[in-house]
Amino acid sequence: MNMNVETFKYDNRVVRAFSIATVVWGIVGMLVGLLAAVQLYYPEANLNLQFITFGRIRPLHTNAVIFAFVGNGMFMGIYYSLQRLCKARMFSDFLSWFNFWGWQLIIVAAAITLPLGYTSSKEYAELEWPIDIAITVVWVAFAVNLFGTIIKRREKHMYVAIWFYIATVVTIAVLHITNSMEMPWSWLKSYSMYAGVQDALVEWWYGHNAVAFFLTTPYLGLMYYFLPKAAGRPVFSYRLSIIHFWALVFLYIWAGPHHLLYSALPDWAQSLGMVFSLMLIAPSWGGMLNGLLTLRGAWDKVRQDPMLKFMVVAVTAYGMATLEGPLLSIKTVNSLSHYTDWTIAHVHTGALGWNGFLTFSMLYYLIPRLYKTQLWSTKLANYHFWIATLGMVFYVIPIYVAGITEGLMWKQFTRDGFLQYPNFLETIVQVVPMFKLRAIGGTLYLVGTFLMAYNLYRTAKAGQFEPDTEAQAAPLEKAPSAPGKLSFHRMLEGKPLFFTVLAIVSILVGGMVEIIPMFLIQANVPTIASVHPYTPLEVLGRDLYIREGCLGCHSQMIRPFRSETERYGEYSKAGEFVYDHPFLWGSERKGPDLAREGGKYPDAWHFNHMDDPRATSPGSIMPRYSWLLTQKLETDSLPARLNALRKVGVPYPAGYENGPAQRELAAQAEKVVANLKQGAVTADPDKEIIAIIAYLQRLGTDIKNAPVTTAAK
Amino acid sequence: MNVIVILILASLVVALLFLAGFIWAVRSGQYEDTLTPAMRVLTDESKTKISKTNSKLK
Repeated sequence: MNMNVETFKYDNRVVRAFSIATVVWGIVGMLVGLLAAVQLYYPEANLNLQFITFGRIRPLHTNAVIFAFVGNGMFMGIYYSLQRLCKARMFSDFLSWFNFWGWQLIIVAAAITLPLGYTSSKEYAELEWPIDIAITVVWVAFAVNLFGTIIKRREKHMYVAIWFYIATVVTIAVLHITNSMEMPWSWLKSYSMYAGVQDALVEWWYGHNAVAFFLTTPYLGLMYYFLPKAAGRPVFSYRLSIIHFWALVFLYIWAGPHHLLYSALPDWAQSLGMVFSLMLIAPSWGGMLNGLLTLRGAWDKVRQDPMLKFMVVAVTAYGMATLEGPLLSIKTVNSLSHYTDWTIAHVHTGALGWNGFLTFSMLYYLIPRLYKTQLWSTKLANYHFWIATLGMVFYVIPIYVAGITEGLMWKQFTRDGFLQYPNFLETIVQVVPMFKLRAIGGTLYLVGTFLMAYNLYRTAKAGQFEPDTEAQAAPLEKAPSAPGKLSFHRMLEGKPLFFTVLAIVSILVGGMVEIIPMFLIQANVPTIASVHPYTPLEVLGRDLYIREGCLGCHSQMIRPFRSETERYGEYSKAGEFVYDHPFLWGSERKGPDLAREGGKYPDAWHFNHMDDPRATSPGSIMPRYSWLLTQKLETDSLPARLNALRKVGVPYPAGYENGPAQRELAAQAEKVVANLKQGAVTADPDKEIIAIIAYLQRLGTDIKNAPVTTAAK
Repeated sequence: MNVIVILILASLVVALLFLAGFIWAVRSGQYEDTLTPAMRVLTDESKTKISKTNSKLK
């Protein structure tokens, strides 16, 4: 046994920094969410400002809550627990702070670019390419810091939490890089390298696994650390926790296609996703029961300690969400739930309950310890618990009701075989009261968070911050004793290792940029002869559609059900999307599907509808897009856009972007203006509205105009 | 649907990394003792020099 005990210090500063960021960004993210929720029943709440209109702040809300609130919470918990589990200070203070400030900078960049409309439109990966690169760099810094700490640990056994952290670091890196393959056409804009179905598959492979490895695995690791600590007793079954981990990581990554059931994705991929999703119930519930059973015989503590109360609800919410998730992955259930608010309810059970409550309990645990004092007010924390729980109930239950109502109304036929509610608007008006209740629930939850922030602030004021906690432990017996090995370790320390890994990652990314387009262009050859690339004006209109976040409420994917084909037209085929960089299927219907929108209404109707949706559709909850009527369409970057599209495989002829494209654009714009004049609307051809009308009128018409060829596929 | 090949490859890389990690963990005796690690977590703070307030609940 090695007897030379070493004294070292745990770094509390970076933990404190992450904890402050968690609280601040949590409040910001929830506020933005509330603003979005209010706009769903009171669209004027955007104050007619494009920057805070639903379509633009929905991604801001999801990014803020996932990557800023939960992200910082995750770093906070990991930086605190990893040092103690490894009996070692973090590998490099430089990397710790690089991770902290880099992450905050990314969040600020997101908070600026998303309201400005710079979005890739891929859900939970909306940030544009320069920010994607920054995320990769910061993530690599985190990875090096984490592995460096593990390597220099003084505790031979790696506690199960550490395994969960490792899974997070490795998998998120692979997911982020694969999904963010994009072709830039300006300093802040790009097109996805994948098109249509392929893009959809990559995106939801990412989207699902981001939930798995950003919102679930790190928090499970944190649960396995903080729950036993708070309860003062070991985890119910350590063996079960190990099985939980390995079963979870091996199953999770194959479940992604359950987001694309009944879409144009091949059947076998859909079935694979469904089967793996169902299997996930086992490890998920194993983990939940392991957490709850840890409290056996300690339930009296739960009654007294608000932190444990939060923990119990968090673990229960995890159990609920991981039972519901697999159920939603069953095709029959999904045919009802998809595109409805049911999904929103499901993710908020996870976000508010599992991630939110676990973060709160970690904060209540950490802040008093970092400041070497007691929590300022247990009573206030208890109030927080009950208000937040009530808020969650008020949020989730109305939205479940809304979701199931929408699903049933969309599918309801009369006895004569007609749609009972042929006007989509009827189904939305029906659930607007639920949207109001939801906003109340969200407000309650936010109030609770404010109480916590105040409580933690008073706690910090009353205590004395301990920047470093001193600890002692013997080094591992296999510690680097050979001089040669020692120098190798020295060499790896700090920045060189960081930059080596960074170099390797960038080489890999570069390789993928080269290979993927070549590999995929072959598959992008149209399978439907009548499907053509978008015209220049439509390309610009499509980019506006992306900028405004229209896909936050409108899907472009008609599933092969009679209730959908009756309402929207012919169901969507994979071959229709071969020029869609990125795909715009959406995942939500707050408004009707637009896949066959082209030709349904005259141009003038679209013009008036964009100007004031309630003028054409009374009761509509769509915001006004009056700025599209006045803002000048940006055409200077047209060559850059067409060039980028050509690089990712859209067959625009050579030289098309220098002359022919501009002439076509002008001609098509004049045509739209002429059509508008027929509808008694006068408009200039150089306004944004012209492009978006052109795009909307194109949607789905390729097949409409040539229905015979579709049968051949 | 060529992209499925990319995704399966990426997923397999992750899965194989996990598999390697699993084999390493079993071989290096990480799981020989499934009792004390759970206990040890509870005491990591108390190994602090000149045991301070011995931060337990309350």
